[in-house]
Amino acid sequence: MGTPPGGAPAACGPPVPAPGGPGGPGGFPSGEARGSAQGPAPRTPASPEGSPAGRSGLRLPRGVWALPPVAVLALVFLYPLGLVVQQSLTPEDGGGAFDAYGSVFASAAFREALWTTVWLAVGATAGCLVLGFALALVIAFVPFPGARAVAKFIDVFLSFPSFLITLALLFIYGSVGMANGVWTDLTGTAEGPFRFLATPWGVLLAEITYFTPFVMRPLLAAFSQLDTAQLEVAAGLGARPARIVRRVILPEALPALAAGGSLVLVMCLNEFGIVLFTGAKGVTTLPMLVYGKAILESDYQAACVVAVVNIAISVGLFGLYRVVSKRAGA
Amino acid sequence: MSGIRFEGVSVAYDGATVLDSLDLTVEPGEVMALLGPSGSGKTTALRAVAGFVRPAAGRVLIGGRDVTALPPHRRGIGMVVQQYALFPHMRVEENVAFGLKARKTPRAEIPGRVAEALDLTGMAAYAKRYPRELSGGQQQRVAIARALAIRPGVLLLDEPLSALDAQLRSGMLAELARLHRELPEVSLLYVTHDQVEALTLADRIAVMDRARLQDCGTPQELYRSPRTEFTASFVGNANLLPVTVADAGAVFAGRPLALDRGRAAPGSRATLCVRPHLLGLGDGPNALSGTIAEVQWRGSTHRLYVDVHGHRVKADLPELRETPALGDRVTLHFEPRDAVLLAAGVSDA
Repeated sequence: MGTPPGGAPAACGPPVPAPGGPGGPGGFPSGEARGSAQGPAPRTPASPEGSPAGRSGLRLPRGVWALPPVAVLALVFLYPLGLVVQQSLTPEDGGGAFDAYGSVFASAAFREALWTTVWLAVGATAGCLVLGFALALVIAFVPFPGARAVAKFIDVFLSFPSFLITLALLFIYGSVGMANGVWTDLTGTAEGPFRFLATPWGVLLAEITYFTPFVMRPLLAAFSQLDTAQLEVAAGLGARPARIVRRVILPEALPALAAGGSLVLVMCLNEFGIVLFTGAKGVTTLPMLVYGKAILESDYQAACVVAVVNIAISVGLFGLYRVVSKRAGA
Repeated sequence: MSGIRFEGVSVAYDGATVLDSLDLTVEPGEVMALLGPSGSGKTTALRAVAGFVRPAAGRVLIGGRDVTALPPHRRGIGMVVQQYALFPHMRVEENVAFGLKARKTPRAEIPGRVAEALDLTGMAAYAKRYPRELSGGQQQRVAIARALAIRPGVLLLDEPLSALDAQLRSGMLAELARLHRELPEVSLLYVTHDQVEALTLADRIAVMDRARLQDCGTPQELYRSPRTEFTASFVGNANLLPVTVADAGAVFAGRPLALDRGRAAPGSRATLCVRPHLLGLGDGPNALSGTIAEVQWRGSTHRLYVDVHGHRVKADLPELRETPALGDRVTLHFEPRDAVLLAAGVSDA
């Protein structure tokens, strides 16, 4: 009962008398006591280059340390990239440097692939944002047993190869998949009705399935930062759950949505495995076109032109994202 | 006018009872402080009123209406929490308007109500600011304005001053008292672990410990005549001494003490409660002699820790001209009317 007075002086802290006057709590650490305990600012650790005494033998310009990684990067990444660009600008049988671009841009196949790529990527991104936001909301704010396990699984899901999802969907909706099997068994018809997997919608479904976790990951991180007291106060003030989601959670999740969405958009633009595995003959995206030109037709120049376009779109979108996210204060 | 009524409210998390059949009534317009250490169940009681925890048993009534099964958004309460919980992406005025919009207040009324709430808390000049541009005290004023804008019958305050520094805290305490004078019809349920806040602001204090209501009364009652050892030590940090009840008082360590208040059967064991500031230095009635174990200078007062027959006694004295040294022998005394006899509990004091 009561605090043993023997322990009180230490906790009470002689330097800061409680301003509440005499009879201030003896053993309870109060706010001001905690504040004063942090008195002196934590000493910042000396930065490595800030202590010249012990390192006089290694007095090189700091830029030197950047050279090895830059050299490796240049060798394994920038040089091949340069080759691709150079190849796209090298006419094979005379003519101007941009002749290849002209003929590629003029071809219907390229324009269709460009359009398919863009609408698939935009559509998949929109789907991922909606689905990801809804799922992340449930995982973060609706208490159900196993929510933590599901959140962990999201992390694991990110490490799966993209074609795995397509393969799994093939097992279900493929022409000889489970869904069609059940249908033919039940109705006795020769073919099932599920044939959408080889259409652009199949690719869209597979991309949304695979990329949704990429939206959820940053969202879950953002939700975990959100002060639940805000949600409670909002409910206390009379806001229904829908209003809380719209007016409190969504605005605070916008930076995370932008980050996840732009990542997914760029990844969808460059997605290859999913499109290949659905076996959708009519669905040609830019990466598929590169593959077709380079591997199947051995038209390296055209392949390089398409690749350069693909890179330009990706880098352009990334730049746009940086500008937008900076504006949004993320 | 709406009060709050707890009828046998129990709350349990994972089988552990965090609130044990609480019976408590907050009268309309009353300021009730729930005072207790952390884990005492006081915040759980507040959350049961707000609707964030569902009682395992019992009923919660607001203004005579059973709200036990109502979701939070249909209870019509204002709430202020320790960390302000302002919406960071909204300006001050939008924060204050949030509850009005959520409750479908006519659009034309909202600006006036927002201005009124901001005036009340002295934040009118900051209407266009974002929360991050305000100090902690200003943010808490906005949070209070946001809670009051919906004109709630009941205002719940959960450690509202704990995040503020000491000086700001006493200012805000006066501010809350003024607000309540201006809005006398609002019932306040004020959760705190700080006895000064409770004593200053509350009409009545409910002392909580280990999931149970220990004591309830006006600040004066609890301070002058605590009923339990817990109340005596938590409110006002009293000295508790084990005594044996005698005919005209009590016996402590073989010495008779004269007492005016609290009677019990002679010969029974009891606990004597004496406030540190009611002890005087030097000889007098009910003298207790001991050795100085610790001396603390607190500006206007000195606190002495004196070992008396194996018990450490705290005494708060007006600043001493000559500070006693550790190990000095001193005598403390108290008036018979300044001590209270409590039923003996398990005491380690």
